[in-house]
Parts: sequence; structure tokens; C-alpha cells
Amino acid sequence: MTVIGLVFAGINGKMKEVNQAIFVSARDAVAISIGLISVLVFWLGMMKIAEVSGLLAKLSRLFRPLITKLFPEVPENHPAMGYILSNLIANMFGLGNAATPLGIKAMEQLHELNGRKPETSRSMITFLALNTSGLTIIPATVIAIRMNYHSAQPTEIVAPTLIATFSTTIAAICIDRFFYHRRAKRRR
Amino acid sequence: MRWISLISIWMIPAMVGFILLYSTWKKIPAYETFVEGGKEGIKIAVSIIPFLVGMLVAITIFRASGALEFFVGFLKPVLNLFGVPSEIVPLALIRPVSGNAALGIMTDLIKTYGPDSLIGRMASVIQGSTDTTLYVVTVYFGAVGIRKMGDALKVGLLADLVGIIIAVTIVLLLF
Repeated sequence: MTVIGLVFAGINGKMKEVNQAIFVSARDAVAISIGLISVLVFWLGMMKIAEVSGLLAKLSRLFRPLITKLFPEVPENHPAMGYILSNLIANMFGLGNAATPLGIKAMEQLHELNGRKPETSRSMITFLALNTSGLTIIPATVIAIRMNYHSAQPTEIVAPTLIATFSTTIAAICIDRFFYHRRAKRRR
Repeated sequence: MRWISLISIWMIPAMVGFILLYSTWKKIPAYETFVEGGKEGIKIAVSIIPFLVGMLVAITIFRASGALEFFVGFLKPVLNLFGVPSEIVPLALIRPVSGNAALGIMTDLIKTYGPDSLIGRMASVIQGSTDTTLYVVTVYFGAVGIRKMGDALKVGLLADLVGIIIAVTIVLLLF
């Protein structure tokens, strides 16, 4: 991607812009990471309490039938389940800043389950597929922007967004399954 | 409308309060546990930095060089065939890559064409129903130090493509 970009910059005479873009974006990336510290510390601290007090395990017990189907490799009472669920719930309510730390923590637990190998496991890919399909119940930011620009009905997009996000999630699970079976076939 | 913003305002404080109440009931030392868990956050944030710098620089070069525009131009005639306004293409391409950039493009589309136009509605649904795959991949896998992504990226981006097609189709059908 970078090389294609550089070639295009040469052709389009945009080397100056690219030069600037490199350093601005590198600085932005560091700023994003540093900015994450506050939410990471807060939510990981909070969730540690939830984990130790057994709240997280209660949550995973509630959704056990659904989640064990999606993640057959994860043991039922493993804390990974709790983190996966709380990440998905945070995503659904549009709590982006809570979802990221929970997702990282879930990924870490899955990594541990995979024997700390430097490659992705089946459950990791499933978890990622669920996350990228952007399950939302209330697209709060979008509604706020529509209100800002005086929409007659700022919330009219809620129903279509819900339909879209749920069908996308189902599609993501299917795509994930398809790739899993392809991998399994190759190994044989 | 009001109850939605009310819920989003109450959501986080309610969660925090509930977790703390529950830990008091279970007699867990809340503060000590919080500090112990929070410490991990710093380590994770620092370990993400190199992954995020690499990804973001690559994406920005791709955009600043005009390469993105070139590919958008390619797609336009195909989309016009299906009655999809081509103004939506940059948003669809940016959405999996950068959340902030997508939000910027969406705001711009709504400002230019109005929130209740076809383009405004399409932009709203696309923004609401998909997520920034590349960012999620980079941050989640970066935090645990995975460099070989396997099928993860393919699955994520394919899901995004399907998601955007679904979002566009639904808006075309409903409005």
C-alpha cells in the first residue's frame, strides 16, 4: 500500500504532501496511543473489579448458549468469555472508549489460550469479525451530526442502521466460518 | 429523541456504579483491584505505538498521494449503473481504514447534500453500521504482539464490503 502510494505521489507530483503526511500521521498515531492510556487504565481497572467479584463470569453464564456456539475453542468458564461479551455489549451501546480496552483484554486472553503463539487462532478471527461488523443499537454520533444539520427526522436512520448492522454481523460470521473451513481443508 | 441521549448519558455512570456496588456486596477491595488492573493499561498503550504508527503512515501516504482518488474514479461508472450516487464512494473506502476520516467525510456529505437526502441517509447508515477494521486489527493484534494476521484481515475487510453493500441496498429500498 505504501509503495503504491509513493509511486502515485511521484506521478501526481504530490511528494511534498506525502512528505508532510508521513510525519503528521506518525505523530497522530503516537497521540492516539497516548490518548488511549486514560481509557485503558480506567476500564481495565473497572473490569478487573468486575472479574474478581465474579460479575464477568455471571455475564458469560447469561449468554453461554450463544457464545459457546461462536467460540467453540474457548472453555465455558474462561475469563475470555466475559471480556468478549462485555466488549460486544460496549460496542452495541456505542461506548467506543470502553469497547477498545475490553477488546484488547479479550484478545489477550485468547492469545493465552492459543499458547502465546505469534499467530492468530480461530477464535481471534471470529472475535475480530464480530468487532469489524460494528454491532450498534444506537448510532449516537450519527444522530448528533444529523441533528446539527437540522434533519427533519434525525432518528429515521436508526431502523435501517439496525437492519444493516445485524445482517452484516450475520454475514461476517458466515465469512469467518467459510475461511475457517477452507483452512481446515488445506491442513488435511 | 430525548430518551436516547438520556440513555447514553446514564449508561457509563450506571455501569461504574453497578460494578462498585457489586464488589462491595462481594467484599472485594475495590481500590486495590482497580489499581492492579489499571496498571496493565499503560503497558498495552505503549506496546500499540509502533503498530499504529506503521499502519497510519501507510494509510496517509496512500491518501495524500492521490492513489485513493484514482481507485474511486475506477468504481464510479459501475456504481452509477445500480443507481448508487458516486459521492458515497470515498466514504465507503475510508470507513474501514480510519474512523475520524470517515466521520469527517460523512459530516461533509451531510452538510453538502442535507441530512434528509439520499446521499445523507446513505452516509449515515454506512457510518453507523460498519466499523474501522484496520484500526481494530492494528490495535487488538498490536496489543498482544501478533504480526501474522492469517485470515483476520481478509475476513474483516470482506465483512466491511458486504456491510457497505447491505447498507446502500437497504437505504435504496427503504427511502
